[in-house]
Amino acid sequence: MNEQFLFAMEVTLNGLMAGVLYALVALGFVLIYKASGIFNYAQGVMALFAALTLVGMMEGQVPFAHLINAMFGTDIHHFGWTVPALAAIVLTMGVMIFLAWAVNHFIFRHLVNQEPIILFMATIGLAYFLEGFGDLMWGADIRKLDVGLPQGINLWIDEITFNAFGYGFFIDNLDIVATVVAALLVVGLVVFSQYTKQGRALRAVADDHQAALSVGISLNFIWVLVWSIAGFVALVAGIMWGAKSGVQFSLSLIALKALPVLMLGGFTSIPGAIVGGLIIGVGEKLFEFLVGPLVGGATENWFAYVLALLFLVFRPQGLFGERIIERV
Amino acid sequence: MKDTVENYTTPDGRTIGGVLMEMRNITLRFGGVVAIKDISFDIREGEIRAIIGPNGAGKSSMLNVISGFYKPQEGEVWFRGAKRGPMKPYEVARQGIARTFQNIALFEGMTVLDNVMTGRITHMSTGLWSQAVWWGRAEAEEVEHRAQVERIIDFLEIQAIRKTPVGRLPYGLKKRVELARALAAEPKLLLLDEPMAGMNVEEKEDMSRFILDVNDEFGTTIALIEHDMGVVMDLSDRVVVMDYGKKIGDGTPDEVRANQDVIDAYLGVAHD
Repeated sequence: MNEQFLFAMEVTLNGLMAGVLYALVALGFVLIYKASGIFNYAQGVMALFAALTLVGMMEGQVPFAHLINAMFGTDIHHFGWTVPALAAIVLTMGVMIFLAWAVNHFIFRHLVNQEPIILFMATIGLAYFLEGFGDLMWGADIRKLDVGLPQGINLWIDEITFNAFGYGFFIDNLDIVATVVAALLVVGLVVFSQYTKQGRALRAVADDHQAALSVGISLNFIWVLVWSIAGFVALVAGIMWGAKSGVQFSLSLIALKALPVLMLGGFTSIPGAIVGGLIIGVGEKLFEFLVGPLVGGATENWFAYVLALLFLVFRPQGLFGERIIERV
Repeated sequence: MKDTVENYTTPDGRTIGGVLMEMRNITLRFGGVVAIKDISFDIREGEIRAIIGPNGAGKSSMLNVISGFYKPQEGEVWFRGAKRGPMKPYEVARQGIARTFQNIALFEGMTVLDNVMTGRITHMSTGLWSQAVWWGRAEAEEVEHRAQVERIIDFLEIQAIRKTPVGRLPYGLKKRVELARALAAEPKLLLLDEPMAGMNVEEKEDMSRFILDVNDEFGTTIALIEHDMGVVMDLSDRVVVMDYGKKIGDGTPDEVRANQDVIDAYLGVAHD
């Protein structure tokens, strides 16, 4: 088989895996947007904050160590213990739930019925606050996140493809894990929203606030719930991304990569977020591979946005978004 | 008008009980505009109580006060013998007051069945965790609520559209689904905001029949708002008439029909 073709196939597979991570971040956006009409710019920073908290907990780091040391002239940095990964994940989830409550209690509860642009500005404020807060709490160093996920080349796939095509595919174990986890997460979310009381209440709130109130659903409860779920999705994305390229502040920028994903998939569609993520992932890897050499590379920086722009022109509601029909 | 608090039986054989809800000197203002001015009336158990009046009389505002969507500046709301503190609409719903909306507020993306199921939310007791992981009673509970919901769906004759997304239904059916959702909550008091608005004659007749049947079959107390006087007079046991935010009449349909203020309001005598 053609060497070039096989290589393109490998690139496609890797693109799919990268797309899964985009999809994860985009999923967090969609959840909050559907339930409350808030475009949560802070979703990426939430992933960063979750990853930072997770690392800090696992290493037994003292939160706000710099602040405490500066105020009291002490010199503490670590508690001197480490926490197993699983326990740290549960604790971090607790922090994310608290964050969800705080965000609603101190910000969005007071902004009900405000213009979307005001809600959006509030999330920008939240994003930068949270970034600074994470810095203050856990320090600004680049951290290695190791929760014990398998990493490196998957030899089994390498061997099979080598025997079949005479060319071994390089697929990272971590990417496979991320894909499986993302798939489980999506299935879990669908089951939750379709078959449980809270899921039904969540869909109800997403559909019509007034009607939801009239059947006895507390909007505040649902919003805290939805921000908690988004926090959980952020945590998963943070773990995957952090394990791949370390926990650093550039993690918050993946939020910006989720934007074109949402343009493609539609802001209100969970399947849209998944498919959009995969298309962007594969698209940018393949484009870089095929066209990159001709234009001097670095196409990954802009490809997704240009694709999103094309979509905006020809299909503004995205692939799965509700069609906008104006009745006259 | 029957001022006694004792039970009495209507000519068609239904029993009307004591006072279920009482509004005492309610005043509601939006900035400088007075939407409701010092209105008192009561709703008795088992009756069909109508609030009528010309457009802009404050009928919908009154309904929104009862259901907790608006908070009156003055006055007291008494429900089941207790004064109600300031409450959010979802808390009012949990007390057993269900409602429909003038402009229909359904969950358009969900099926008819799912819409009606949301009406059961106040009755579902299983907590978040057992629901999320489908433990314990969650499944049994879901089955039990489904049975109840199916009864209501049968009752309102919407079996054929159970699985249809509500967004695709015609107006008249949407109104009926909204009624079904409110009924699913097994409310102690059912509030209907212009249940007949925008309907053709046939749909109006259907809706009237359903309202009477609901009251008769389930014994549900119903308070409804209409500006179509003809329909209301046939349906209701007692009528409150509002005009410009004030109460201008209260009594049986016959008493109200004979009330000069009411006749003036509807025939449009100049206010001076």
